[in-house]
Amino acid sequence: MSATKVQTDKTSVFHAIDIAKIYQMGEVQVHALRGVSLELYEGEFVVLLGASGSGKSTLLNILGGLDSPTSGTVHYLDHELTASDASELTRYRRDNVGFVFQFYNLIPSLTARENVELITEIATSPMDAMDALDLVGLKPRADHFPAQLSGGEQQRVAIARAIAKNPNVLLCDEPTGALDVQTGIVVLQAIGQINRQLGTTTAVITHNAEIAKMADRVILLSDGHIAGIETNSTKVAAQDLRW
Amino acid sequence: MRKLDRKLLRDLYQLRGQAAAIVLVIAAGVATFVMSMCAYRSLTATKDAFYRDYRFADVFTSTHRAPDALLPRLRDIEGVAAIETRLVYDVLLDVVGMSEPATARLISVPDRGQSELNQVYIRRGRMIEPLQSGEVVVSEVFAAAHGFVPGDQVRAIINGKTQSMKIVGIALSPEYVIQVQPGSVLPDDKRFGIFWIGRRDLEAAFDMTGAFNSVTVRLALGHETARVIDELDRLLKPYGSVGAYDRDEQLSHRYLSDELSQLRGMAVMAPAIFLGVAAFLLNIAVSRIITQQREQIAALKAFGYSDFEVGAHYLNLVFVISVGGSIAGSLIGFWMGANMMGMYEEFYKFPALTFLINWPAVAAAFLMTSAAAVVGTFLSVRSAVTLPPAEAMRPEAPPSYRTSWFERVVPKRFLAPEMRMVVRNLTRRPVRAALSVVGIAMAVAVMVLGNFSLDAMNYMMEFQFRLAQRQDLTVTFVEPATESVMYEVQNLDGVLESETMRSVATRIRFQNRSRRIGIMGLLPDPQLYRLLDADEREVRVPEFGIMLNSKLSEVLGASIGDEVIVEVLEGKRPTLTMEVSAIVEEYAGINAYMNKRRLHEVLLESNVASGAFLKVDPNRIDAVFAELEERPGVGSVTIKDAMMQSFEQTVAENILVMRSFIVMFAAVIAIGVVYNTAKISLSERQRDLATMRVMGFTNREVSTVLLGEIIIFTVLAIPLGCVIGYGLAAVMTAGLDTDNYRIPLVVSRNTLLLASSVVVVATILSALLVQRRVKRLDLISVLKTRD
Repeated sequence: MSATKVQTDKTSVFHAIDIAKIYQMGEVQVHALRGVSLELYEGEFVVLLGASGSGKSTLLNILGGLDSPTSGTVHYLDHELTASDASELTRYRRDNVGFVFQFYNLIPSLTARENVELITEIATSPMDAMDALDLVGLKPRADHFPAQLSGGEQQRVAIARAIAKNPNVLLCDEPTGALDVQTGIVVLQAIGQINRQLGTTTAVITHNAEIAKMADRVILLSDGHIAGIETNSTKVAAQDLRW
Repeated sequence: MRKLDRKLLRDLYQLRGQAAAIVLVIAAGVATFVMSMCAYRSLTATKDAFYRDYRFADVFTSTHRAPDALLPRLRDIEGVAAIETRLVYDVLLDVVGMSEPATARLISVPDRGQSELNQVYIRRGRMIEPLQSGEVVVSEVFAAAHGFVPGDQVRAIINGKTQSMKIVGIALSPEYVIQVQPGSVLPDDKRFGIFWIGRRDLEAAFDMTGAFNSVTVRLALGHETARVIDELDRLLKPYGSVGAYDRDEQLSHRYLSDELSQLRGMAVMAPAIFLGVAAFLLNIAVSRIITQQREQIAALKAFGYSDFEVGAHYLNLVFVISVGGSIAGSLIGFWMGANMMGMYEEFYKFPALTFLINWPAVAAAFLMTSAAAVVGTFLSVRSAVTLPPAEAMRPEAPPSYRTSWFERVVPKRFLAPEMRMVVRNLTRRPVRAALSVVGIAMAVAVMVLGNFSLDAMNYMMEFQFRLAQRQDLTVTFVEPATESVMYEVQNLDGVLESETMRSVATRIRFQNRSRRIGIMGLLPDPQLYRLLDADEREVRVPEFGIMLNSKLSEVLGASIGDEVIVEVLEGKRPTLTMEVSAIVEEYAGINAYMNKRRLHEVLLESNVASGAFLKVDPNRIDAVFAELEERPGVGSVTIKDAMMQSFEQTVAENILVMRSFIVMFAAVIAIGVVYNTAKISLSERQRDLATMRVMGFTNREVSTVLLGEIIIFTVLAIPLGCVIGYGLAAVMTAGLDTDNYRIPLVVSRNTLLLASSVVVVATILSALLVQRRVKRLDLISVLKTRD
């Protein structure tokens, strides 16, 4: 099985051991994660699949250095994220992580190109902003402001922005959640292409099982647990997905 | 409690920082207004009561010597309700422990019964016993300055003879609520005192039995003052009248009137500034809430709340803030007003200066703040009300931006993306940006306005008393002094330089305007009493023609080359036509000058002098004082430095109090505007900032975007504020321009620097407050929701 080969050949990017996350919501404790252990490997495309409230966003936030677990440890390469302070986490995000959000989160006062340049200017070894836009097919719209772009175009700018720093990992939280099918597929194509061409370790959160078909591995989350890990023997190309 | 009201309270709680800032700005305006209006009412009521109860006269005149037999004819003048004749003399006083002489104004009181007009109020001790010789009652400020108590003795030099007088009482008079020596602009408690003395004593001392030299008149209601004045002048002319005048020209009354008009001015200017700023702050705060609550508004309306109910809900929010500001402001205003009364008590002497609350003004303050609040928020509330529910349910369209004109000018490589964000945020909402700049500028302006009075005062003192007038002492003679007297005074041991002058009472006319003034005859090239133009250049006294000071020129509307008519009110009373030969700058009084020799010619007199200006060796000044006290002809001695010091001491204390208020208020505006602007920016850009944080920008980098805007506002606001402050100062000088004094429009560099610094500090403080919020941005939840 190719997945086995991937697991043995490739180095582990993320190594999480028994992480739990408890939110105090007023007087109620919410167990978002209840002891999750997992590894993500270099260059792989992982989909975290689960219903809303399953803990997938919490997991992604912890991997991205936006949040820290209540217990358990997370390593990024040989760096222990769970032992890092706020400024180290900022440094970590700045140098290693590309984020894509459900609602794009572009800066409305900057053009597409400038949104990307915002990142390339602080990154250590970025690609050219125009090249990043070219990767998502938006070079011709580089000088448009977010308000002048469609939802799909905005999300593709967000992807270009995420990858322009040449991140080691690309974390996408419901990247198609706010988009229609056609546009969603275009966006997924862009993400898949980045993963293939640049070898960026990619994790995509979704509640849409169809999207899982394009992953190397699918991690199923339910009620804060890992309910199962599936390895796809054949990956379906994004343009062939339907939902 | 209705649920909508509970929502209001919670919204308010969410908004507490901004709401508090706005409440403070409103409170500052209301406080100033309420303080001024209460002080106005208190001062007016106290003044009116004192004037009424102690029968303050309406018309005043003095003569050289008029017989008592004239009194029935004066009393018969139509419009005269009450009349009193008396004797008034200025004499030198020899006060123990003070080397320099003080001037005492002796005013006669009837030997039997009360004065009919200008009655004295006895603060301590008693009134003079009828026909008891050698007793005096002394004015309170003078007694206080010297620590006199009833039973003390003072020695006056009356007609060359030292005469001992026993103080039996300490008193106040409506005629001398503030005591300013004629010819002086500033009160000097230590060196000018009023003494009431039995008429028989004065008659004896000045050989005035059966005669009087001062008349005061109370008018019957509904009679024209001018007619009575004319009649008085006509009847008293043969007896050396120098012209009657009404309360407008009475010194003490004029100072009070000036103070009252100043309070009025403050009451107009303060609300205009502060409520304007508050309206703007409410506008940005409320429109932001309404944007954030679009979906809530839609839901409310979808469930059947009417447009009116929704509108009223948001207006109520605004009213809670404005009413809160009014209440706080009124309370602070009462407190400040009561303090102000304390300050007034040092300057203005009334039997009792009680603080009265001006309730109509308080009501007006509430109405004004409510109106300002509604004006500031009307448009936003209306847009919230008229939004169809379905449309409101959808999130607002993303804000559209475009490349600004600024970037077309400045090449892209000079602008980091953070700065580009700042610039575009500013240019996207130019009106709001401009209003923010104006708001902060108002803080600078308030500071400039508050401190400029000190600059003006300093300049006025410097110009008038150091540059122009360089004498140490001014001596006036009881009667015009002959050459031999002049010679004696000028050659006293210790006198370094001296100049004589001749002063004569006149009425000056140009077209239909006229004024009673003293014309001073000066030497052609005076070095002690110099005349300067507005550029501080010396103006020589020409051989012919008359020189007006700038105020007189303005009052008469006469300028160089015009011919004015001068009626001399002394001696042979000639009427002359004279050409205005120069305008000189002076900040106090209305005066005219001419060549001394020429003045003698037109008066058909020999070389005499009304007074002299002396420059004295500081080491021998006491000897000079002692000599002067012994000369019978010397009526008064004014010591320039002492007068300035005493004034600066009192004024400095009060200015310090006022200044601390002003600095506080300016800081309130600056913090109010900066904090609100930053808070709104933070709220609007929360998502952008959180996104940047997620992508690895540091707190500091993110803060650049937020604070860059504030810094630009402040940088633009400072010069603008200086200009506005200068403009307001100009308005204020025009408003405070009186015959007594004019305030020069001088704003020092220190004032501008101080104003800017206060605003910069306020900016830094509020920036720090807001920046703390950046650190606490909830990165995750911001990314999960749409704005």
